[in-house]
Amino acid sequence: MCGTCGCGTGSGPTIVKIEDHGHSHEHTHEHDHTHEHSHSHKTVIELEQDILQNNNLLAARNRGYFDAKNIFALNLVSSPGSGKTSFLERTLADLKDQYPFYVIEGDQQTANDANRIHALQVPVVQVNTGKGCHLESDMIYDAVKQLAPKDNSFLMIENVGNLVCPAMFDLGESKRVVVISITEGEDKPIKYPDMFLTSDVCIINKMDLQPYLKVDMDKLRNYAQQVNPKLVFFEVSATTGEGMKKWYDWLIEQI
Amino acid sequence: MHELSVALGIVDLAKKELHKAKAKQIDSIQLVIGTMSGVEPESLEFVWPMAVKDTVLAKATRNIEYIEAKAKCLECDTIFPVEKIYDSCPKCNSFFKDIFQGKELKIKSLEVS
Repeated sequence: MCGTCGCGTGSGPTIVKIEDHGHSHEHTHEHDHTHEHSHSHKTVIELEQDILQNNNLLAARNRGYFDAKNIFALNLVSSPGSGKTSFLERTLADLKDQYPFYVIEGDQQTANDANRIHALQVPVVQVNTGKGCHLESDMIYDAVKQLAPKDNSFLMIENVGNLVCPAMFDLGESKRVVVISITEGEDKPIKYPDMFLTSDVCIINKMDLQPYLKVDMDKLRNYAQQVNPKLVFFEVSATTGEGMKKWYDWLIEQI
Repeated sequence: MHELSVALGIVDLAKKELHKAKAKQIDSIQLVIGTMSGVEPESLEFVWPMAVKDTVLAKATRNIEYIEAKAKCLECDTIFPVEKIYDSCPKCNSFFKDIFQGKELKIKSLEVS
Protein backbone atom coordinates (compact mmCIF):
# COMPACT_ATOMS: atom_id res chain seq x y z
CA MET A 1 0.00 0.00 0.00
CA CYS A 2 1.28 3.43 -0.91
CA GLY A 3 1.57 5.90 1.94
CA THR A 4 1.21 8.98 -0.24
CA CYS A 5 -2.31 8.61 -1.54
CA GLY A 6 -3.45 5.21 -0.38
CA CYS A 7 -3.28 3.26 -3.63
CA GLY A 8 -2.48 -0.39 -3.26
CA THR A 9 -2.67 -3.78 -4.81
CA GLY A 10 -5.99 -4.98 -3.41
CA SER A 11 -8.10 -6.86 -5.89
CA GLY A 12 -8.44 -5.77 -9.51
CA PRO A 13 -10.71 -2.99 -10.71
CA THR A 14 -14.45 -3.50 -11.05
CA ILE A 15 -15.95 -2.42 -14.36
CA VAL A 16 -19.73 -2.26 -14.47
CA LYS A 17 -22.08 -1.03 -17.17
CA ILE A 18 -24.93 0.82 -15.49
CA GLU A 19 -28.26 -0.43 -16.75
CA ASP A 20 -31.80 -0.19 -15.51
CA HIS A 21 -31.78 -3.76 -14.29
CA GLY A 22 -28.07 -3.82 -13.72
CA HIS A 23 -25.99 -6.86 -13.09
CA SER A 24 -22.29 -6.71 -12.51
CA HIS A 25 -19.41 -8.31 -14.36
CA GLU A 26 -16.18 -8.68 -12.55
CA HIS A 27 -12.86 -9.04 -14.25
CA THR A 28 -9.94 -10.34 -12.34
CA HIS A 29 -6.51 -10.40 -13.82
CA GLU A 30 -4.49 -13.51 -13.39
CA HIS A 31 -0.82 -13.76 -13.96
CA ASP A 32 1.24 -16.60 -15.38
CA HIS A 33 3.30 -18.88 -13.26
CA THR A 34 6.99 -18.96 -13.85
CA HIS A 35 8.90 -22.10 -14.58
CA GLU A 36 12.29 -22.36 -13.02
CA HIS A 37 15.26 -24.05 -14.56
CA SER A 38 18.63 -24.41 -12.96
CA HIS A 39 21.60 -22.60 -14.46
CA SER A 40 24.49 -21.59 -12.28
CA HIS A 41 26.20 -19.00 -14.48
CA LYS A 42 25.37 -15.30 -14.26
CA THR A 43 24.01 -13.53 -17.29
CA VAL A 44 23.25 -9.89 -17.82
CA ILE A 45 20.09 -9.25 -19.85
CA GLU A 46 20.22 -5.85 -21.53
CA LEU A 47 16.60 -4.80 -21.61
CA GLU A 48 16.30 -1.04 -22.11
CA GLN A 49 12.56 -1.53 -21.72
CA ASP A 50 10.07 1.17 -20.87
CA ILE A 51 8.35 0.27 -17.61
CA LEU A 52 5.02 1.70 -18.74
CA GLN A 53 5.24 -0.17 -22.04
CA ASN A 54 2.26 -2.41 -21.37
CA ASN A 55 0.04 0.55 -20.58
CA ASN A 56 1.36 2.50 -23.56
CA LEU A 57 0.84 -0.40 -25.99
CA LEU A 58 -2.75 -0.91 -24.97
CA ALA A 59 -3.33 2.85 -25.04
CA ALA A 60 -2.08 2.87 -28.64
CA ARG A 61 -4.49 0.06 -29.43
CA ASN A 62 -7.38 2.02 -27.89
CA ARG A 63 -6.34 5.10 -29.87
CA GLY A 64 -6.31 3.11 -33.12
CA TYR A 65 -9.81 1.83 -32.40
CA PHE A 66 -11.06 5.35 -31.67
CA ASP A 67 -9.44 6.74 -34.83
CA ALA A 68 -10.89 4.01 -37.01
CA LYS A 69 -14.40 4.64 -35.73
CA ASN A 70 -13.98 8.41 -35.60
CA ILE A 71 -14.64 8.45 -31.88
CA PHE A 72 -13.36 11.56 -30.16
CA ALA A 73 -12.18 10.41 -26.73
CA LEU A 74 -11.53 12.85 -23.91
CA ASN A 75 -9.69 12.06 -20.69
CA LEU A 76 -11.02 14.44 -18.02
CA VAL A 77 -8.61 14.86 -15.14
CA SER A 78 -8.65 17.07 -12.05
CA SER A 79 -8.35 17.12 -8.31
CA PRO A 80 -11.41 15.81 -6.43
CA GLY A 81 -14.17 18.40 -6.17
CA SER A 82 -13.28 20.57 -9.18
CA GLY A 83 -16.72 19.90 -10.64
CA LYS A 84 -15.72 17.40 -13.34
CA THR A 85 -18.94 15.44 -13.05
CA SER A 86 -21.17 18.54 -13.00
CA PHE A 87 -19.26 19.88 -16.01
CA LEU A 88 -19.79 16.59 -17.80
CA GLU A 89 -23.48 16.47 -16.85
CA ARG A 90 -24.04 19.94 -18.22
CA THR A 91 -22.24 19.10 -21.47
CA LEU A 92 -24.23 15.90 -21.93
CA ALA A 93 -27.56 17.53 -21.09
CA ASP A 94 -26.95 20.26 -23.67
CA LEU A 95 -25.47 18.16 -26.49
CA LYS A 96 -26.73 14.58 -26.16
CA ASP A 97 -29.70 15.13 -28.44
CA GLN A 98 -27.45 16.26 -31.29
CA TYR A 99 -24.48 13.88 -30.89
CA PRO A 100 -23.98 10.34 -29.55
CA PHE A 101 -22.09 10.37 -26.26
CA TYR A 102 -20.62 7.54 -24.18
CA VAL A 103 -19.12 7.89 -20.70
CA ILE A 104 -16.61 5.96 -18.62
CA GLU A 105 -16.60 6.99 -14.97
CA GLY A 106 -13.52 6.28 -12.86
CA ASP A 107 -13.70 6.37 -9.07
CA GLN A 108 -12.15 4.38 -6.28
CA GLN A 109 -15.57 3.39 -4.95
CA THR A 110 -19.31 3.77 -5.62
CA ALA A 111 -21.35 4.04 -8.80
CA ASN A 112 -22.67 7.48 -7.76
CA ASP A 113 -21.19 9.33 -10.73
CA ALA A 114 -22.30 6.70 -13.25
CA ASN A 115 -25.81 6.88 -11.79
CA ARG A 116 -25.81 10.65 -12.34
CA ILE A 117 -24.84 10.10 -15.99
CA HIS A 118 -27.30 7.23 -16.39
CA ALA A 119 -30.07 9.56 -15.23
CA LEU A 120 -29.37 11.57 -18.41
CA GLN A 121 -29.88 8.41 -20.46
CA VAL A 122 -26.34 8.37 -21.75
CA PRO A 123 -24.62 4.93 -21.92
CA VAL A 124 -22.15 4.74 -19.06
CA VAL A 125 -19.71 2.27 -17.51
CA GLN A 126 -18.41 2.73 -13.98
CA VAL A 127 -14.85 1.61 -13.29
CA ASN A 128 -14.08 1.25 -9.60
CA THR A 129 -10.35 1.14 -9.17
CA GLY A 130 -10.53 -0.08 -5.57
CA LYS A 131 -7.32 1.15 -3.99
CA GLY A 132 -5.98 2.36 -7.35
CA CYS A 133 -5.49 6.08 -7.77
CA HIS A 134 -5.84 6.36 -11.58
CA LEU A 135 -7.34 4.69 -14.64
CA GLU A 136 -5.11 2.56 -16.87
CA SER A 137 -5.49 1.70 -20.53
CA ASP A 138 -6.60 -1.91 -19.93
CA MET A 139 -9.58 -0.65 -17.89
CA ILE A 140 -10.61 1.56 -20.81
CA TYR A 141 -10.19 -1.36 -23.20
CA ASP A 142 -12.57 -3.49 -21.09
CA ALA A 143 -15.02 -0.65 -20.48
CA VAL A 144 -15.20 0.26 -24.18
CA LYS A 145 -16.04 -3.36 -25.02
CA GLN A 146 -19.06 -3.09 -22.75
CA LEU A 147 -20.09 0.28 -24.16
CA ALA A 148 -19.73 -0.74 -27.83
CA PRO A 149 -19.76 2.91 -29.00
CA LYS A 150 -21.13 3.90 -32.41
CA ASP A 151 -19.00 5.51 -35.10
CA ASN A 152 -18.75 9.31 -35.10
CA SER A 153 -19.37 9.69 -31.39
CA PHE A 154 -17.84 11.22 -28.27
CA LEU A 155 -16.34 9.16 -25.47
CA MET A 156 -15.93 11.07 -22.22
CA ILE A 157 -13.63 9.38 -19.73
CA GLU A 158 -13.80 10.88 -16.26
CA ASN A 159 -10.61 9.86 -14.51
CA VAL A 160 -10.20 9.33 -10.77
CA GLY A 161 -10.08 12.70 -8.98
CA ASN A 162 -6.35 13.02 -8.48
CA LEU A 163 -4.07 15.68 -9.90
CA VAL A 164 -0.91 13.59 -9.68
CA CYS A 165 -1.06 9.94 -10.72
CA PRO A 166 -3.32 9.97 -13.82
CA ALA A 167 -0.75 12.22 -15.56
CA MET A 168 1.55 9.27 -16.24
CA PHE A 169 -1.02 6.92 -17.74
CA ASP A 170 -2.02 7.31 -21.35
CA LEU A 171 -5.48 5.86 -21.93
CA GLY A 172 -5.49 6.29 -25.71
CA GLU A 173 -7.53 9.49 -25.51
CA SER A 174 -7.65 11.99 -28.37
CA LYS A 175 -7.22 14.93 -25.99
CA ARG A 176 -6.62 15.35 -22.29
CA VAL A 177 -8.70 17.95 -20.48
CA VAL A 178 -7.65 19.24 -17.07
CA VAL A 179 -10.43 20.83 -15.03
CA ILE A 180 -9.51 23.32 -12.33
CA SER A 181 -11.98 25.28 -10.25
CA ILE A 182 -11.22 28.82 -9.16
CA THR A 183 -11.64 27.76 -5.53
CA GLU A 184 -8.38 25.84 -5.82
CA GLY A 185 -6.03 28.83 -5.94
CA GLU A 186 -4.09 30.45 -8.76
CA ASP A 187 -0.92 28.44 -8.27
CA LYS A 188 -2.40 24.95 -8.72
CA PRO A 189 -0.77 24.56 -12.16
CA ILE A 190 2.75 24.98 -10.80
CA LYS A 191 2.04 22.93 -7.68
CA TYR A 192 0.94 19.97 -9.83
CA PRO A 193 2.73 20.69 -13.10
CA ASP A 194 2.76 17.18 -14.61
CA MET A 195 -0.97 17.18 -15.17
CA PHE A 196 -0.94 20.60 -16.83
CA LEU A 197 2.06 19.63 -18.97
CA THR A 198 0.35 16.54 -20.35
CA SER A 199 -3.06 18.19 -20.96
CA ASP A 200 -4.29 19.86 -24.14
CA VAL A 201 -7.24 21.79 -22.74
CA CYS A 202 -7.74 23.57 -19.41
CA ILE A 203 -11.28 24.12 -18.18
CA ILE A 204 -11.51 26.77 -15.47
CA ASN A 205 -14.73 25.95 -13.65
CA LYS A 206 -16.93 27.61 -11.02
CA MET A 207 -16.59 31.05 -12.63
CA ASP A 208 -19.93 31.97 -11.05
CA LEU A 209 -18.05 32.24 -7.73
CA GLN A 210 -15.65 34.87 -9.06
CA PRO A 211 -17.54 37.84 -7.52
CA TYR A 212 -16.87 36.35 -4.07
CA LEU A 213 -13.41 34.88 -4.61
CA LYS A 214 -11.83 37.59 -6.79
CA VAL A 215 -9.26 35.19 -8.17
CA ASP A 216 -6.49 36.77 -10.25
CA MET A 217 -7.36 35.04 -13.54
CA ASP A 218 -4.30 36.36 -15.39
CA LYS A 219 -2.08 34.91 -12.72
CA LEU A 220 -3.80 31.52 -12.92
CA ARG A 221 -3.53 31.40 -16.71
CA ASN A 222 0.08 32.58 -16.63
CA TYR A 223 1.07 29.84 -14.21
CA ALA A 224 -0.63 27.24 -16.42
CA GLN A 225 1.05 28.63 -19.53
CA GLN A 226 4.46 28.57 -17.89
CA VAL A 227 4.01 24.82 -17.51
CA ASN A 228 2.39 24.32 -20.91
CA PRO A 229 2.27 27.24 -23.34
CA LYS A 230 0.06 25.24 -25.72
CA LEU A 231 -2.94 24.88 -23.35
CA VAL A 232 -6.32 25.98 -24.68
CA PHE A 233 -8.48 27.63 -21.97
CA PHE A 234 -12.22 27.75 -21.39
CA GLU A 235 -13.65 29.68 -18.45
CA VAL A 236 -16.98 28.20 -17.51
CA SER A 237 -19.57 27.67 -14.83
CA ALA A 238 -21.19 24.25 -15.04
CA THR A 239 -23.86 25.55 -12.65
CA THR A 240 -25.00 28.65 -14.53
CA GLY A 241 -23.89 27.55 -18.00
CA GLU A 242 -21.72 30.65 -18.42
CA GLY A 243 -18.94 30.11 -20.99
CA MET A 244 -20.13 26.62 -21.96
CA LYS A 245 -21.05 27.68 -25.50
CA LYS A 246 -17.41 28.27 -26.47
CA TRP A 247 -16.49 24.85 -25.09
CA TYR A 248 -19.27 23.20 -27.10
CA ASP A 249 -18.12 24.94 -30.27
CA TRP A 250 -14.60 23.63 -29.74
CA LEU A 251 -15.85 20.14 -28.93
CA ILE A 252 -18.09 19.89 -31.99
CA GLU A 253 -15.24 21.05 -34.24
CA GLN A 254 -13.21 18.01 -33.16
CA ILE A 255 -15.42 15.35 -34.68
CA MET B 1 0.74 7.46 -5.59
CA HIS B 2 1.39 5.68 -8.88
CA GLU B 3 4.82 4.43 -7.82
CA LEU B 4 3.25 1.19 -6.66
CA SER B 5 1.82 0.60 -10.16
CA VAL B 6 5.27 1.33 -11.53
CA ALA B 7 6.94 -1.08 -9.11
CA LEU B 8 4.41 -3.81 -9.91
CA GLY B 9 5.00 -3.19 -13.61
CA ILE B 10 8.72 -3.72 -13.03
CA VAL B 11 8.00 -7.00 -11.23
CA ASP B 12 5.84 -8.20 -14.16
CA LEU B 13 8.48 -7.37 -16.75
CA ALA B 14 11.24 -8.96 -14.65
CA LYS B 15 9.18 -12.13 -14.26
CA LYS B 16 8.73 -12.43 -18.03
CA GLU B 17 12.43 -11.90 -18.66
CA LEU B 18 13.45 -14.45 -16.07
CA HIS B 19 11.11 -16.94 -17.67
CA LYS B 20 12.46 -16.17 -21.16
CA ALA B 21 16.06 -16.54 -20.00
CA LYS B 22 15.24 -19.86 -18.31
CA ALA B 23 17.34 -18.70 -15.38
CA LYS B 24 16.78 -19.50 -11.74
CA GLN B 25 16.90 -16.14 -10.07
CA ILE B 26 17.39 -12.44 -10.54
CA ASP B 27 20.44 -11.17 -8.70
CA SER B 28 20.18 -7.51 -9.59
CA ILE B 29 18.13 -5.02 -11.52
CA GLN B 30 19.28 -1.74 -13.05
CA LEU B 31 16.68 0.99 -13.46
CA VAL B 32 16.95 4.29 -15.30
CA ILE B 33 14.74 7.10 -13.99
CA GLY B 34 14.64 10.60 -15.36
CA THR B 35 14.02 13.50 -12.97
CA MET B 36 10.97 14.45 -15.10
CA SER B 37 9.60 10.91 -15.39
CA GLY B 38 6.93 11.58 -12.79
CA VAL B 39 8.33 9.01 -10.38
CA GLU B 40 9.43 10.18 -6.94
CA PRO B 41 12.52 8.27 -5.80
CA GLU B 42 11.39 8.33 -2.14
CA SER B 43 7.96 6.95 -2.99
CA LEU B 44 9.44 4.19 -5.14
CA GLU B 45 11.84 3.35 -2.31
CA PHE B 46 8.89 3.21 0.08
CA VAL B 47 6.72 0.86 -1.97
CA TRP B 48 9.56 -1.35 -3.28
CA PRO B 49 9.71 -3.89 -0.41
CA MET B 50 5.92 -4.44 -0.60
CA ALA B 51 5.90 -4.70 -4.39
CA VAL B 52 8.72 -7.25 -4.62
CA LYS B 53 7.76 -9.36 -1.61
CA ASP B 54 7.43 -13.05 -2.62
CA THR B 55 8.27 -12.24 -6.25
CA VAL B 56 11.23 -12.88 -8.57
CA LEU B 57 12.72 -9.59 -7.40
CA ALA B 58 12.53 -10.34 -3.67
CA LYS B 59 16.26 -11.02 -3.39
CA ALA B 60 17.53 -8.83 -6.20
CA THR B 61 19.61 -5.77 -5.47
CA ARG B 62 18.33 -2.61 -7.10
CA ASN B 63 20.47 0.06 -8.72
CA ILE B 64 18.94 3.26 -9.98
CA GLU B 65 20.60 5.62 -12.42
CA TYR B 66 19.01 9.05 -12.33
CA ILE B 67 19.01 11.16 -15.49
CA GLU B 68 18.96 14.95 -15.20
CA ALA B 69 16.34 16.64 -17.35
CA LYS B 70 17.41 18.83 -20.26
CA ALA B 71 15.38 20.91 -22.67
CA LYS B 72 15.89 22.73 -25.93
CA CYS B 73 14.29 26.15 -26.25
CA LEU B 74 11.91 26.19 -29.20
CA GLU B 75 12.52 29.89 -29.75
CA CYS B 76 16.32 30.22 -29.66
CA ASP B 77 17.59 26.59 -29.60
CA THR B 78 19.43 27.04 -26.28
CA ILE B 79 19.94 23.75 -24.46
CA PHE B 80 19.48 24.05 -20.71
CA PRO B 81 19.01 21.85 -17.64
CA VAL B 82 15.44 21.71 -16.31
CA GLU B 83 14.83 21.53 -12.59
CA LYS B 84 11.16 22.38 -12.66
CA ILE B 85 8.73 21.72 -15.48
CA TYR B 86 7.92 25.42 -15.71
CA ASP B 87 11.55 26.62 -16.00
CA SER B 88 11.96 29.11 -18.81
CA CYS B 89 14.87 29.44 -21.22
CA PRO B 90 17.78 31.14 -19.40
CA LYS B 91 18.64 33.07 -22.57
CA CYS B 92 15.34 34.32 -24.01
CA ASN B 93 12.89 33.49 -21.15
CA SER B 94 10.54 31.56 -23.42
CA PHE B 95 8.43 28.80 -21.89
CA PHE B 96 8.22 26.94 -25.21
CA LYS B 97 10.65 24.10 -24.81
CA ASP B 98 11.16 20.49 -25.73
CA ILE B 99 12.22 18.36 -22.78
CA PHE B 100 14.35 15.83 -24.66
CA GLN B 101 16.00 14.15 -21.70
CA GLY B 102 14.81 13.24 -18.22
CA LYS B 103 11.51 11.51 -18.97
CA GLU B 104 13.14 8.06 -18.96
CA LEU B 105 11.51 5.31 -16.93
CA LYS B 106 12.96 1.98 -17.87
CA ILE B 107 14.63 -1.22 -16.88
CA LYS B 108 18.14 -1.05 -18.25
CA SER B 109 19.25 -4.57 -17.44
CA LEU B 110 18.79 -7.60 -15.26
CA GLU B 111 21.46 -9.89 -13.90
CA VAL B 112 20.24 -13.45 -13.67
CA SER B 113 21.81 -16.72 -12.62
